[in-house]
This record gives sequence, structure tokens and C-alpha cells, in this order.
Amino acid sequence: MADYVLSAFTWQNGLLFFIWTVITLFAVLGFVTYAIYFERKVIGWMQLRIGPNRVGPLGLLQTVADIAKLLMKEDIIPKAAVRDLFIIAPALTFVPSFVVIATIPFSESITFADLNIGILYYLALSSISTIGIIIGSWASNNKYSLLGGMRSAAQMISYEIPLVLSVVGVILMSSSLNLRVIVEGQLGGVWHWNIFPQIIGFVIFIIAAVSELNRTPFDLPEAESELVAGYHVEYTGFRFAFFMLAEYVYVFAFSAMATVLFLGGWDAPAPFLSFIPGLIWFLLKFSFFVFFLFWIRATLPRIRVDQLMSLAWKVLLPLSLLNILLTVFAIEIHKWIA
Amino acid sequence: MAIRTEELLLNVGPQHPSTHGVFRVVVHIDGEVITSSDPVMGYLHRGTEKLAENLTYTQIIPYTDRMDYVSAMTNNYVLCHAVETLMGLEIPERAEYLRVIVMELQRIASHLLWWGTYLLDIGAMSPFLFAFRDREMILDFFNELCGARLTYNYMRIGGVKWDAPEGWIEKIRNYVPYLRQQLIEYDALVNGNEIFLARLKGVGKYSAEDAINYGLSGACLRSTGVKWDLRKDRPYSIYNRFEFDVPVETEGDCYARYLIRFAEISESLKILEQAVEQFPAEGETMGKVPRVLRVPEGEVYVGIESPRGEIGCHIISKGKDKPYRLKFRRPSFVNLQILPKLLEGETMTNLVTILGSIDIVVGEVDA
Amino acid sequence: MSDGIQKDQPTPNVEPVIEAPAEPVQLHVWHQLLVDRVSQDAVISCVPNAKNNDLITIIVNPEHFLSTATVLKNDEQFQFDYCRNVSGSDLETHMEVAYYLCSMTLNHEVCIKATTNRETPEVQSLTSVWETANWNEREIFDLLGINFTGHPDMRRIMMPDNWVGHPLRKDYVPLDPEV
Repeated sequence: MADYVLSAFTWQNGLLFFIWTVITLFAVLGFVTYAIYFERKVIGWMQLRIGPNRVGPLGLLQTVADIAKLLMKEDIIPKAAVRDLFIIAPALTFVPSFVVIATIPFSESITFADLNIGILYYLALSSISTIGIIIGSWASNNKYSLLGGMRSAAQMISYEIPLVLSVVGVILMSSSLNLRVIVEGQLGGVWHWNIFPQIIGFVIFIIAAVSELNRTPFDLPEAESELVAGYHVEYTGFRFAFFMLAEYVYVFAFSAMATVLFLGGWDAPAPFLSFIPGLIWFLLKFSFFVFFLFWIRATLPRIRVDQLMSLAWKVLLPLSLLNILLTVFAIEIHKWIA
Repeated sequence: MAIRTEELLLNVGPQHPSTHGVFRVVVHIDGEVITSSDPVMGYLHRGTEKLAENLTYTQIIPYTDRMDYVSAMTNNYVLCHAVETLMGLEIPERAEYLRVIVMELQRIASHLLWWGTYLLDIGAMSPFLFAFRDREMILDFFNELCGARLTYNYMRIGGVKWDAPEGWIEKIRNYVPYLRQQLIEYDALVNGNEIFLARLKGVGKYSAEDAINYGLSGACLRSTGVKWDLRKDRPYSIYNRFEFDVPVETEGDCYARYLIRFAEISESLKILEQAVEQFPAEGETMGKVPRVLRVPEGEVYVGIESPRGEIGCHIISKGKDKPYRLKFRRPSFVNLQILPKLLEGETMTNLVTILGSIDIVVGEVDA
Repeated sequence: MSDGIQKDQPTPNVEPVIEAPAEPVQLHVWHQLLVDRVSQDAVISCVPNAKNNDLITIIVNPEHFLSTATVLKNDEQFQFDYCRNVSGSDLETHMEVAYYLCSMTLNHEVCIKATTNRETPEVQSLTSVWETANWNEREIFDLLGINFTGHPDMRRIMMPDNWVGHPLRKDYVPLDPEV
């Protein structure tokens, strides 16, 4: 597929790109639909409830019905809102979340864009979404949403740094920013995966990623009990759906990213298990992260803003710098011995 | 050069998920830091005290249910207790036991509800549902006893309306060890959680002097080290027959109040256990009360320990079947007074933590 | 302790009513103390309320209400540091406010009252003594119209700010008599 990207842009290729994009979009939408279903079921079971079970067999169509409801809802734009910004914000939030998926290698063959700066591309684009959130919160002309947007901005700025720094260790080990190369460096069984040498980086990455996702225990921008609904308090209907969608697409993207960076992507845990297709392994690891996010949502209370900040600057940042230092030393010592 | 900033005026409530009802706090915030606050109430003011002046004493009982609607039994009791004190009525043994059992069950139910909703305020979702499962069982007991789940209208002047149905006491007996087991689980789930401790410790702190000066009662007072529980200090009903402790903490912060309420559930279980053990096999549930209650002329104030603190009833009677003046001392209303003082300099997040730890019921604040 | 089924208590006189079997020991002591510490005419009456476990009820001269309260809180023999309840009532001939006080250290209780007229009801505010009184006095002001002088924030608390009348007054006419 990567070859297509490099070939000349013709009508034929363009159509092919378009079709692939649409297929991915539907795959992602399908994922989001069932991630929400899965989340509600899992959290339901954890909370002694049944979860959705009315719409369709086993409630499988519940999310579809919810989305249909959101799409058919009246679209309300508050009178005092800044109209243009209010309209543009959900799109600005959603588009980067979808675009970053392009770089993720799902298996040996399924890769869309084999970028040399894959990690950089991913991290840079994903922070654009926050701008959408801030714009939306400002344009709503609501104090709660403004507070939510401010929190979101502060949180993003603080956690972007440890997030990027935590990945530096992985980059150093594979001497590449290309996600495919990073996975290929980990092939050959569970003992080659980055999670073990980069365990500090992994933990920091997970914490920072949860924070970037605005999910419990870092869901401050939309903290229901404090800010009612945070930045999307004035949004209804499909605009609200876009914010929701962006959030879940990021769940998809970050789980995929964690799988690629730390769990060896499509690699089987042991060589004798490699008869199972790489995509299955990828999906299993990926699903574990998705489950993990839902799991902590049902377990943990929410952290406070100032605690969130001090965690990022006083704990995660020094730790991630230390991690880089340790990685560098380890690599140099390894070279010296060899 | 300093950046010019403006304070933001934010209306928290009357429709807000964490004000636990229609209650409003007008806060001035500088960034996220509260500089001043003004609680606004009265949205749920139904004028219970005014209504009561035109009702007979028995007719007032359902109105008390609707004041503190998560602890209706103690409200029932305080009115009955006040009238009974004024009339000097004797209450049959069995009725006294039934009253204590339902009041302690109610205390557990109320604390469980508080526990769940408080953790929901903090951002933890699951405990809410766990708490509601166990509270639900208590509501089922009440339902079986008097046919209502929330507004019981169970007590009468001189006794209780309904006797315990067959097997009811047995169910309570079995519920006690069950809930004890659950409490161990809840303790493991929540009480040691780092985020939880970080959110609560040192937040909303006040001294014992402040607590007494502001007239706080219940867990809000006991969290500062003042051992004051009307069940012990002004014994009413048959509480002097039971052995139980009054949990006290000294920190005076949200965590101390949390621990006290959590411990009080266990203490109530102790009382329940003993009450069920001593429960008289048979007997009357209504004392000798004239058909038309004419309460002698006089004035009385009684206070009892509700889950939220001291709920009191002040009656001025002119010898009629209706009170001349009826005043309820509502613990939520009095405890809430300290809120503006606590909120100064706190963040928006702590507003929720502090307000939740005071444990108000807006029906009671507004009466 | 009174069992409460005694004959009705006579209306309060200026002199303390003495009921031999049930009289609390502090009655005269407290009365004397208040006379000494505050003023000769500080106490209008000082009687035990037989209906209410012989709770000593002191009707205080409204002019000395605040100073009496201060003494009750700070004097070593009283130490009433905790205010349990504040009630106001419209007795048709006059208005009355009652403060139920309690001492955490000495574990005794008292009720102090002050009366005022119905036309321009005014009582000294005790918020400076017990912070508890703050909202309670506002509530009484709101529902009964008693003005507490020296209160830091005398506004309505339950009813809307533009409400006319004070609902708990006996002569209050509801907006809609059907309700």
C-alpha cells in the first residue's frame, strides 16, 4: 500500500485513496460503535448492572440507535455563541483524531502511510484537537465550558511533554521515527518487546495518554460533577456526536499507538504462535488497552487540577528525562560490550 | 507587566449535578480559585412550618417525611418525640424497639446514599451503584414494613403505625452480617485509594472552636474531635440500652468526615444487632393515646441525632389539636452555614468536595 | 426529672416560679449570676419548663439581650458555647425569639428568650456571639419580619427578595388562599 502513496497521483490512484479512506472511516466508526457498547457492558458488569440489552440482540444496536438519535436531534446554536467558531470546533477536534490513524501499521501488510516521521506526525496532529476543544469552549459563551476548555489547554500542554519524552526512549532503541521500523525492531517474541526495557517510558506513556484522552481519572475538562459537562456543555445533536466520536477515535488511536510502540505491534508473543495472523495479535493487544481504559474508568475517582499539574511537572517530566538518560547509557554500554 | 484579569461570577446551581438538589452557590472565581461565595437557597421552601400550623399533629407527620427525604424516619421520630414529651406519653416497649430499628436502618441507608453520591462527586462512579444495591435492601425492608420506600409516614404519636410483619426481624438479623461483609469490601475498594486520599485530606478543614461556634452537629462536629452524639449525650428513646461507640476524628477535614460516616454505619449495625436480639416477642405498638390529640399548653424543644446531625423540633402548643408554632431545627441548614468560610481560596473542584462532605439534603435546608 | 404529666404551668411571672420537687439547682444561682454580671434588670423571668425536662427558660430584657448572651457564652460558670436552636414565633400579642443554648464543657442547657412588639419588631442580633444565629436570624427575619439589629447580613433567605409580607405571621394572608 505504501507504494501507492509514492506513485504518481492519477485519477485511478486518487479514487483508490478515497475508497481506502472511506473503508478506514467505516472501520473506525464500527470500532467506536462497539467500543461504546463494550464500555457500557464492561462498566455495567463491574457495577452490578446488565448494561444495554434492549436494542437488537444483546443490545448490539444500542449505540447505533444512540447515534441515530443524536443525528436526528435539533441542532441548537446558542444565541450568544460565536457562530462560526462554534460550528468549526467539532470538526477541528475530530479531523486530527482520524488523520493520525493513517500512520499506524496494523500488520505487515496493512499500513496506510509509511511515514519516516510517523511518531512526530502522530503526536503533532493529535494536539490540534485541543485547539478545537478550546475554540468550542470559548465559542459556546458558557462559563462552565470555558473553564473546561482552559483545563483542557493546561492539561494538554502539561502532558504533551512527558508523552513525547516517554517515547524518546523507544525512538533511541530503534533509531527511527518510523512506526513500521519500530515494530520490526521488536519482532521475535515477547522478550523483544519494548515494554520491558522501556517499562518507565511505558508507564509514563500510559498515564500521559489517559490524560491526553481526557478520560478518568484525568477527565477534568468534562468533569461532570464540577463543570456539569465541561467544554461541550452547549453542544447538542451531531456536533456533540463529533466530540464524542473524536474522544473514542483517540481511544482507538492511542491504544493502537501503545501496541505499536511497546507491545510489538503485530508480533506474536512467541515464535511458535506466529501461525495466527499478525492482525489478530494486534487486535488482541489493542483490545487490552481499550479494556484497560474502561476498567480504570469504573475504578478510580477523579484527580484535582493542581494535583494533575504537579503530577505532570514534578513526577512524570523528571522521570521521563531519567528514562532517556538511562536508555542512552544502556545503549552505549551495550555498544561498548559488543 | 501584570496581566489584567477579571473575576468570573459563576452560578453553581440551582441545576447542577453536585449541589444535590435545587441549591445555588454564587461564587466569584479568579481562574479556578474561589474568592468569595454566597449560598442561595429557598428553591425548595414549601413552608412546612406554616403548613403545620393548620394541621393536626398526626397530619404533620407526612410533611416531616418530605423535609429530609433520605432520612424520613428520624424526622418522623423527632416530631412524635416532641409531642410525646409535651404530653408525657408512655411508649410501648415493642414500639420503641421498632422505632430504634427503623431509625438505625435509616441512618445506614442515609449514610450509604451519602457514601455513593459523595464518591460520584469525587469522580468515582462504581461505588454509587454498590451503595445503592445495599440501600435498596433497606428500602425493601421499609416497604415491607409500611408500604413506602422513601416517605414512610410510619411513626405515630404514641407508637408506630404498623407492627413488624412475620419474618421481618429475621431479615434484619441476616442483613447485619451481610452489610458488615460488604463494608469490608468497600473499605478495600475506596478508603486506601491514593487519588481519593489526595482529594480529601486537608480539604475543607476547620477547628473544633469553629465547629461549635457555627453550631455544626453530627459528623461535621465529630470530625473535629468533639464527642457529641445526642444518642449518648441526651439519650432519647431506648438508646441507653445499647452499646455502641461514637466515632470521632480530630483532623476536621473532608477525610475525617468521610471516615466518621463510614464508621457510623458499623456502629448502627451494632445497635441493630442488639435491638434485634432484645426485640420483645409480643406487645402493643401503640400507646394509650386519645382519639383526638389535644396537646396540653406548653412549649418544648427536643433534639435527636439524625444522620446529618441534630434535628430538633420546637413546639409551642396552646392546648389545641394543632400546634400554635412548630419549628424544626434542620441540621443541613445549620451545617451549611460554614460553607462560605470553607470555600474561600479553594478551587472549583474543592467546592464539590466540601459541599459533599457537609452532606446536605436540600429538602431539609429549605424545609 | 419531670415526667411531663404535671398540671399546666402557670404563665411566667416576673418572679421565678418555684415548683418544689422539680426545681433545678442552678435556677437561683444563674438568675443571681446574670443579675450580678449584666444588670439588675437583665432578667425578666427565670423559670424551669416542666414540660421540657425542666429546661431553665430565661426571658431576658431585650435591652440587655446581647450583653446577657455574651456573659452566657464567656462566663466560666455558664460557658454556653453551643447554640442548638434559634426559633422565632408570633404570639399575636407580641413576638418572641428563643435561643436554645448548650455548654459542651459543662453539659448544661438553657433557653433564653427576648420579646418584642409586633409593629416594629426588633431584637439585638446574637450572630456576633454564636455564628449559628446568622442564618437562623435571617430565616426569622424572612418569615416573621423580626429585625435583628447588628446582624451583618440582614436579607431574606428562603423567600424571594421581592416578596411582600412575612409568611409565618399569624395575620399573613397567603397570595392564593386555595393553597
